[in-house]
Amino acid sequence: MSNFWSAWIIAGSLIVVFGCAYLLRMVIVDTMGDEGKEMPHEFDGIVEMNNPLPRWWTIMFAVSIVWGLGYFVWFGLGGYEGVVGWKSANKEYYSLADVKAANAKTRENNEINQYVNELDTADAVYGKTYAKFAAQSVEELMENEQALKVGQRLFIQNCAQCHGSDARGQRGFPNLTDTDWLHGGSFAKIKETINVGRDSRTMVSWKAALGGDEGVKDVVTYVRSLSGRKVNAKDAAAGKLKFGICAGCHGIDGKGNQALGAPNLTDNIWLYGGSTAAITDSVANGRIGVMPAWGEILGEDKVHVISAYVYSLSNKK
Amino acid sequence: MFKKLNHERVEKNAGLLGVFTILAISFGTLVEITPNLFLEETNRPIDGMKPLTALQFEGRDIYIREGCVQCHSQMIRPFRHETERYGHYSLAGESVWNHPFLWGSKRTGPDLARVGGRYSDAWHEAHLLDPRAVVPESNMPGFPWLAENTLDGELTADKLSIFKNSFDVPYTDADIAGAKEAVKGKTELEALIAYLQSLGTNLK
Repeated sequence: MSNFWSAWIIAGSLIVVFGCAYLLRMVIVDTMGDEGKEMPHEFDGIVEMNNPLPRWWTIMFAVSIVWGLGYFVWFGLGGYEGVVGWKSANKEYYSLADVKAANAKTRENNEINQYVNELDTADAVYGKTYAKFAAQSVEELMENEQALKVGQRLFIQNCAQCHGSDARGQRGFPNLTDTDWLHGGSFAKIKETINVGRDSRTMVSWKAALGGDEGVKDVVTYVRSLSGRKVNAKDAAAGKLKFGICAGCHGIDGKGNQALGAPNLTDNIWLYGGSTAAITDSVANGRIGVMPAWGEILGEDKVHVISAYVYSLSNKK
Repeated sequence: MFKKLNHERVEKNAGLLGVFTILAISFGTLVEITPNLFLEETNRPIDGMKPLTALQFEGRDIYIREGCVQCHSQMIRPFRHETERYGHYSLAGESVWNHPFLWGSKRTGPDLARVGGRYSDAWHEAHLLDPRAVVPESNMPGFPWLAENTLDGELTADKLSIFKNSFDVPYTDADIAGAKEAVKGKTELEALIAYLQSLGTNLK
């Protein structure tokens, strides 16, 4: 803050405080005639008594003025940082790196910075817990009821919006409690998914490549036959010939490929619905499934605990 | 002068009382607001700040039109319980190109200052059209018409020009020339999602 604005704020604030003091003195000194007597004006026969300011009110007003001045001295005013040097947070910065550097300096100098102090206080309590969890393997965490509970809380806070509070997912957002995984269900894979996210934009519209509506219909018929539905054999046979286009990702047997995030088409589990209409929509118009990256938002330790919770959902002992 | 300016004189003279009242209450504005119009930390954009693209800009206008600001704030305060949930606290430099500010003052729904990138576009689409389709506990209203209305982009270039000329937002001539093309035919839903996905992503 420049000296000018600092002076501006200090002058303005002091004018207000001393102005209030002057006003108080003014109304105490000038009693406008004799107190306790009628004032020399009346309206419709109603007269005003000249009552003094209540003493309790006057005292409170005076105390407030003194309190205000003390507040300035204690917490600072304008560019003056005050006796205790209190700060709410390091805010006058223009990048995260600068804020972090400022926070480090705050800690080094043991300054009173409400936000940084809050973080440190919390870290002293929760940091140990998370550090303990972070050092444990998924097998250990699954034995640890406390860890799973923390994981569940974090899941409900951050993941339930898409996957549901029971983690059973919904249309377009995978169920995490079954054993069908798009990108792999090992602990390491789950953790990777949460950390860096997933982006499956390869399921584009295949209508043109399949030769229009007729081709889509054939392929959809064949895909439905993969999960054991009764279908028109002639259409399915035609679709099988065209399925080569799909096999690049879903495999020649339609069992999918976790490395590409391509779903298994033979297990009758459908992320976007298994009806003819829904599958037709998927093939003709494509599907974009995106899992955002949470690593940077949540941090390594929390991702570890959430991963263990998610892993535990489909790997019950 | 001061000798005559006694209690009685001020109280019995409505005009004088009015003048002093205005003077007294204007000090709050002078001290608390005026400096912020000139200070560096409230006027300098954060490093690497990018202005809203044409589509995001139209999304912002829909955000304003639909009154999202009534229930969603865009201001994360520097409290741990807040930053744990929403992300790093907001810096003044992130808002310098906001006209008007969309900080809001009420959180019926969550803060959106850093909602960008947290959910997929598909989630936003499902959620805006029918919030309870994805979050059964939600009390947010649905906005199904957003998917039906398309933008014509007639005014987009003008809007960007105003921000460039009046508020020094660094739009290039190419941005403004391509503004109409960039939004034409897009649905309001796409614009709003583009805007939401941009929120809070500039701070690195």
